[in-house]
Amino acid sequence: MKAFEYAGPTTKEQAIQLLGAQWEEAEVLAGGTDLLSLMKTFGSTPKRVVDIQGIREFQGIDYISSSGLRLGALATLSELIDHPAAQSNYPSLVQAANGVRSQQIQSFGTIGGDLCQRPRCWYFRNGLGYFPKDASGQDLVRQGENQYHAILGNSGEAAFVSASSLGPPLIALGATLRVFSKDGSRELPVAEFFRTPRQESERETILKPGEIVGEIHVPAAGQVHNATYEVREKEALDWPLATASVALKLSEGKVAQARIVLGHVAPIPWNAVEAARGLKGKAIDESTAAEAGAAAVAGATPLSRNGYKVQLARVAVKRAILNAVMGGA
Amino acid sequence: MPEYRWPDRNERQVLGKRVSRLDGPDKVTGKAKYTSDVNLAGTLHAKFLRCPHAHARVTRIDTSAAESLSGVKAVRVIQGPGKEVQWSLDDIAVVAAVDEATAEDAVRRIVVEYEVLPHLVNEDDLGKAGDRTKPASEQVKGDPDQAFQDADAVVEGEYGIPVITHCCLEPHGQVIDWSGETLTAYQSTQNISGMANQFAQPLEIPAANVSIVQDHVGGGYGSKFGADSWGLETARLSRETGRPVRNFLERDAELFVAGVRPSGFARIKVGAKKDGSLTAWEAESWGTSGLSGGGISMQVLPYVINPPNVRKKHTGIATNTGPARAWRAPNHPQTCWLTFAALDDLAAKLEMDPLDFYLKNLDLTERPDLYRKQLIRAEELMGWREKWRPRGQETAGPVKQGLGLAFHTWGGRGHNSTARLVIDPDGSVSVSLGTQDIGTGTTTVIAMVAAETFGLTVNSIKVNTGRSPDYPRSGPSGGSTTVGGVCAATRRACQLALEELFEKVAPRLGAEPSELEAAGGRIRVKGKPFRSLTWKQAASRLGVTPLEVTGRNISASRRASDGKLIDSGVAGVQMAEVSVDTETGVVKMKKFVAIQDCGLIVNEKLADSQVYGSLIMGISSALTEERIMDERTGSLLNGEMEFYKLAGLGDIGELVVEMWKDAEQDARGVIGLGEPPVIAPVGAIGNAVANAIGLRVPRAPFIPRRVLAALEEKGGLYA
Repeated sequence: MKAFEYAGPTTKEQAIQLLGAQWEEAEVLAGGTDLLSLMKTFGSTPKRVVDIQGIREFQGIDYISSSGLRLGALATLSELIDHPAAQSNYPSLVQAANGVRSQQIQSFGTIGGDLCQRPRCWYFRNGLGYFPKDASGQDLVRQGENQYHAILGNSGEAAFVSASSLGPPLIALGATLRVFSKDGSRELPVAEFFRTPRQESERETILKPGEIVGEIHVPAAGQVHNATYEVREKEALDWPLATASVALKLSEGKVAQARIVLGHVAPIPWNAVEAARGLKGKAIDESTAAEAGAAAVAGATPLSRNGYKVQLARVAVKRAILNAVMGGA
Repeated sequence: MPEYRWPDRNERQVLGKRVSRLDGPDKVTGKAKYTSDVNLAGTLHAKFLRCPHAHARVTRIDTSAAESLSGVKAVRVIQGPGKEVQWSLDDIAVVAAVDEATAEDAVRRIVVEYEVLPHLVNEDDLGKAGDRTKPASEQVKGDPDQAFQDADAVVEGEYGIPVITHCCLEPHGQVIDWSGETLTAYQSTQNISGMANQFAQPLEIPAANVSIVQDHVGGGYGSKFGADSWGLETARLSRETGRPVRNFLERDAELFVAGVRPSGFARIKVGAKKDGSLTAWEAESWGTSGLSGGGISMQVLPYVINPPNVRKKHTGIATNTGPARAWRAPNHPQTCWLTFAALDDLAAKLEMDPLDFYLKNLDLTERPDLYRKQLIRAEELMGWREKWRPRGQETAGPVKQGLGLAFHTWGGRGHNSTARLVIDPDGSVSVSLGTQDIGTGTTTVIAMVAAETFGLTVNSIKVNTGRSPDYPRSGPSGGSTTVGGVCAATRRACQLALEELFEKVAPRLGAEPSELEAAGGRIRVKGKPFRSLTWKQAASRLGVTPLEVTGRNISASRRASDGKLIDSGVAGVQMAEVSVDTETGVVKMKKFVAIQDCGLIVNEKLADSQVYGSLIMGISSALTEERIMDERTGSLLNGEMEFYKLAGLGDIGELVVEMWKDAEQDARGVIGLGEPPVIAPVGAIGNAVANAIGLRVPRAPFIPRRVLAALEEKGGLYA
């Protein structure tokens, strides 16, 4: 770990002042479950670490049945898992948070931190960046061990997968988030928060140096059937191979509105718009759920060793849809 | 000299009981200090610069920027210009600095230039190994060609199991304090008594001046017998700086350079008669132990079951990867899986329940009766007959259930060991051995043997281990040899001491020494318990001189006068029940049954623990554990515990452990246990997966990718 300056502001204004204009100048520390491991391996070497845990207005979870759920960016995964309104109205969020099968990470990891996680790609973590290449310019991911890499959204150079657990259900639920900077704040859909970097200087989100995610707002979901399904190699702490989060509104037993978002299959949470559209007007059963699964991966472009993830994503969508409807909401 | 033997079963007061490990409270409260907790005043921190290439020649090295950094006390070049480096993460240079961060900064300032050379890091495809192959000569027994011709059923398959690592939670390392003429090594080790010479010779210091210290070790599994190149460098840094130097490996180095298990791949053909009699075996195997080639040993392939007609050939493949070390039951887990997978496929072809197939062929093993009894008992605990269905039977839903089995063998004869036993005139008792408790409960069983012999409580025995040369020599903890070695040495020492003590107190009790016994905290006349002294009163007869004796175990000795305290050779049967989600390829453990014998069971609770730990380790290697190398860069990709996947509590299912306790096995004396139960899990689980889905997943670990590939029948070793 490179030596750094530590700052512990108690207001968002102080925190923003302490952040720099470049990523190298400062990093935001919340739960630290990702940043610390990156810093230990010199994957991140900020001059200053700005610990935002003291900012009260970024904390806590509030629920108002008419307007929905407000998630402070500093609320932990455990707080989300234990929140009664989240349990009853937003099972897709709780299931995703439960998928992080480590009590320690659930206790320390924050909701904002989950959204801002860096890629877990093992080439990236070994210091080779988003677009690892060897000395001869060969693409290490496409020529190498890409079993955990992207099957969708990989037509550009990036082939890592978004590590966010909560991004897919938040997008499925139509959540927005608020970003704070020197210029004030702006609200945007979580769906627009993620992006695929095209150069090493970019990040996996639209956040710029000097910006902080402060809170997330999830619309009221009283009538929304929602669920997250994960396929993983281990039950204990592990990254999913593929996940699907779905949110469905039913009208007279038929789908009136649907969102299907895949996780861990693309550099961003993957919004399967066509698959969702295909569900409209249909009753949910094994066969319509399976059709949606197939539609969700219709455009998949698997790499040399990750073709199996197409099947996993397909099944995850099917099972998430069935669970959402069977589970009720 | 006493007649050395264990007390009759019905007379034992302590042996065989479920005594909790004596170091348990210290370990769970954090009071136990591991070597990595040692923190001496003035300690410097060592950091190694590691080679980023799998194969390269060092052409230039410049350490000046590191040397000039404030806080840096020493910089040593280990492999300078001209040196050919054969695997990534090998040591190039080392820095000692006042703290870890400064050492790390300094390492990053060292400039090294390399001439990069061609490498090979993956060995699963024999066809791609080129000139890296090191074939051994073919071995033939009987007439395999004729036997295959005469066979009614023949199956051929390819099976494999990759390199895995030891992954000790406490990484390899030491704190070395070389002051003046003496070197003290606080070493994380499973070889206390064998360590001094490993420092002495290369460092040219008398072995007598080297002390080894360790109280607890956080895992070894066969990888911590040596001083290691980094241990010697740490010592040199201490000599150079005159200060204690601390070095513990980073996780990636721990996983890559400090110990891996060889891989094993094989094309296997087996043949049997209609009635299930196994007649023929042919295997072409390959694998790697690193640059030496190596891989699994052909000597234990086929495993446990020895068909009359055999042809086998093995090819080692030299790879630019960290060298293999002994991994809990070297060679056996790999060859057990390869053998039992092939035989399970043969049983399926014969349309036989594998349980019947093995019962039919037990005469091809060294312990037919014991395996038969253990198979029958395992069958009961698993409910095998009730649950088992032939492969490929259609059941409703995507999740399929399956059963599999495998069995194993191991030696485990006690190693050379010397115990020094002291009874002080105040009645206190200590036993000292230069052994180590690698988490197996060694100190606890030593105390139990002494307590049993003296009729005392376990807590009244002080056990001293983990120091050399302070305590008498004992063997390294490898090969499951420790329990037999230390128990036999301790028993002999205690029996000798008791004989001397009887002589001292016999006149006081008005009896012959041979009429005395130690029981219930007293020395008493046999059959006349009212004529007795308390242990303390008896010890006071020693006057002012403690009674000190040594007892030895000589592993190779077969002298009748040594008594029948230990033996070698165990069986053990395991059965797995899994579910496989055929839509996702996810394998889940449902139930696992392990039957294990180990002769006389000293402590049944600790014995159970050894089996539980083994099963969890085995389940990891069956379901998720694998070293993953990038062929293009030659580097380790999963050098941390996020992607080096070990089973967690949610992954292990129900474990049913039953120790084998019949009188016949008990009479054999103590036999080692640490290794045998880790052998069969991959075989049992792999066969359960095949039984569930009706198809063979040919290569461990059985991750979704490979299971789905097998289901689509495009499996093979490279899926």
